[in-house]
Amino acid sequence: MRIDESVRQDILGAVPGLRAFAISLCGNVDRADDLVQEALLRALANIHSFQPGTNMSAWLFTILRNHFRSEYRKRRREVEDSDGHYAESLTSHPEQHGQLELSEFRTALAKLPEEQREALILVGASGFSYEEAAEICGCAIGTVKSRVNRARTRLAELMSIQGIDDFGPDHETRAVLVGTRRG
Amino acid sequence: MNPGKATGPMSQMSSPDDKKKPTKASRLDRGTRAKLGQQLRAMYDEVVSQGVPSRFSELLTDLDNNEGKQNAH
Repeated sequence: MRIDESVRQDILGAVPGLRAFAISLCGNVDRADDLVQEALLRALANIHSFQPGTNMSAWLFTILRNHFRSEYRKRRREVEDSDGHYAESLTSHPEQHGQLELSEFRTALAKLPEEQREALILVGASGFSYEEAAEICGCAIGTVKSRVNRARTRLAELMSIQGIDDFGPDHETRAVLVGTRRG
Repeated sequence: MNPGKATGPMSQMSSPDDKKKPTKASRLDRGTRAKLGQQLRAMYDEVVSQGVPSRFSELLTDLDNNEGKQNAH
């Protein structure tokens, strides 16, 4: 197959983001890379159906997501990864600042329902608009918004992040009062 | 095979949970949302910063080369 140079560049440019998305879906780097490869082969086999001028990245994300849903989800159930393996396979420098926090975040993210997780990644990390994310997921824009909101709420619960307002001034006031009483 | 389409009528259709207002989620304060967003991007960017592994650039090159050979015969 003859690959037009601009198409080639667009595809390669989308690969880093596709990998990050695939890892969030698969929970495993090696299988994520296999998923990306299979998605790219599918895309190239159907490159005639890509409409020039439209978003190549969104098109590739859609193919990858559909392929994951039709093929990989079954496999994941067969060989379910532990959260530990997921974090381990990703983290190359455990001593690096923020890695522990990031590891906790990954664990929490892995606990989200798949539809919430993918919506959150597409909108919050991949940089797609709600409209593009809706196209990729094959659902309504309002559904994406609702999933993203639920994902954020659940993550905050899982990570025990509380509203700053909940323990900001009040907490300090209480500390001051306790200190006063002691003195 | 059902390759993804960049456009689709589905996105225009309403779904049952369209009408629901995000009640609990809207209570998340700005600081919490910012922190979640920051960690989400940190996790994502860690992978993105690895660039394009050679297997993918080689894949495209191989496909291109194979076509060249087929045309030559």
